[in-house]
Amino acid sequence: MLERGEVANSWRRERWPSLRLLTPNWLSRLPGHHYDGPEPDGYMTMAEVTEFIERFAKVSRAPVRTGTEVTRVRRIDDGYQVMTSNGEIRCRALVIASGACNRPTVPELAAAVPESVEQLTPFSYRDPAQLADGGVLVVGASATGVQLAAELRRSGRPVTISVGEQARMPRTYRGRDVLWWMVASGIWDQRYDEVDDLDRARRLPSPQLVGTPERTTLDLNVLTAMGVEPVGRLAAIRDGTALFSGGLRNVFALADLKLARLLTTFDEWADDEADAPERFAPTQVPASARLQLDLRRGEIRTIIWATGFRPDYGWLDVPVLDPKGRLRHDGGVVDSPGMYALGLPVLRRRKSTFIHGIEDDARDVTNHLAHHLDGMVE
Amino acid sequence: MSTTVVNGVNVQALLDAREVLKGAPEAAQFVWRASSKWQKGVHSTTTIQNFFGLGEEQTHKSESVFDADHPAVFAAEDNGITPIEYLLVGLASCLTAGVASVAQNRGIQLRSVESTVEGNHDIRGILGADSDVRNGFNDVKVTFTIDADASKEDIEALVAQSQKRSAVFDALTNPTNVTVEVA
Repeated sequence: MLERGEVANSWRRERWPSLRLLTPNWLSRLPGHHYDGPEPDGYMTMAEVTEFIERFAKVSRAPVRTGTEVTRVRRIDDGYQVMTSNGEIRCRALVIASGACNRPTVPELAAAVPESVEQLTPFSYRDPAQLADGGVLVVGASATGVQLAAELRRSGRPVTISVGEQARMPRTYRGRDVLWWMVASGIWDQRYDEVDDLDRARRLPSPQLVGTPERTTLDLNVLTAMGVEPVGRLAAIRDGTALFSGGLRNVFALADLKLARLLTTFDEWADDEADAPERFAPTQVPASARLQLDLRRGEIRTIIWATGFRPDYGWLDVPVLDPKGRLRHDGGVVDSPGMYALGLPVLRRRKSTFIHGIEDDARDVTNHLAHHLDGMVE
Repeated sequence: MSTTVVNGVNVQALLDAREVLKGAPEAAQFVWRASSKWQKGVHSTTTIQNFFGLGEEQTHKSESVFDADHPAVFAAEDNGITPIEYLLVGLASCLTAGVASVAQNRGIQLRSVESTVEGNHDIRGILGADSDVRNGFNDVKVTFTIDADASKEDIEALVAQSQKRSAVFDALTNPTNVTVEVA
């Protein structure tokens, strides 16, 4: 098991300090290892996640080689040659478990942002104090975008949030964590080969959730009430002016409708008359959302690109990527003999990228891997 | 997908095309063309017959000619609708086509789909009367009235999805690079 840094490296180094897990503590479990502290309904801080994973590494006696960065993988004879910062390894089978979030995605139009505006990504963002005084444009309204927008607004800064496709979710529904419903109703166990549009399911933005001790919801209505100004999707930057889509109303409508369908699924699964179904107010559409914002005027001092993440396969010298740079795999079985993947969106189930989701996926993938090795022996 | 639903949209052909074009992006490159000719005053006629797509020249079944002019309140002869009204034609017809296609794909039988489109326009912009007023619409409102075998939520979802996949909605709500040259 090769780890470029320390155990739980990305949790230590690639997350902003105030982040907490989106999943409640009781749900953060690994095979034979679960949260046993006093706050089962709370959400782990980054330090706690790091400790949790470190402890699992010890308990499971995982053979981790830390400080070993993979620099190149290529196919040889009946397996792979792995070049690392600590020398070469040869193997017959290989599992890529480097995740889907190695690099922040920044759209090409970022190149047109005037120099006077500082640009940050979730990797370079630490806390509000790091930013110049003045306005912030947060681009993207998934979990990262709404969390950073709220934190920056609380620091007193004027914040504008550019909203494209979004997944609205209440933190709790009918008194329980919304993720309890995702697990209990079976949605998160839905298999990749049962999902209608798998390609789309794998590209969904992360839900607008935040883990706080108060278990508060953080959707656009909450942000608007805090004084954050929503604008449409950032469509272009022309002569130093950011141009936003005029389709904000529909983006809100789509998210509201989708949320209503999700809650209906929960209610139908619960199939009880006792608890009245809860419904949430529609996302408030600003009377007239701004369509443009002059970035040279000084109103916006910082842009934060909360526009998603992508994996980095720069080290992978095997032709298994599609034209968009995504790994070609069928439920984690990569399109090259003996190569496997884990921890990618909807890899085998909707829960694949969550901590508790790895157990079932790992079992399936390692079964296939074991058969592959058996076949090679015969 | 329900096979008993008949909205007259060949959704299977569209879904098949989507699969084919995923692997052949060059065939998906279309060029839509119109040719316009000045008549007199602010009256012009625009003709549309040919376009390019699926790797070759294509032709509509017949040529269409559109008159554009301005009404009497603009001191014109009103030989046709104003150019900006053509945007309303485009938006309404695009969203309606989307509603029908999405309904077919979702197995929803439509009985009637009607819409009204209103574009609010401050003409001080085009007259140069106030430099703070833009030339185009300030906002556009589309109102659908749909009779279908579906719940109110499902109908709202149809309309939302049709906007999400609409060429004209996108062209109106997002900036587009436009080059105008003299040949």
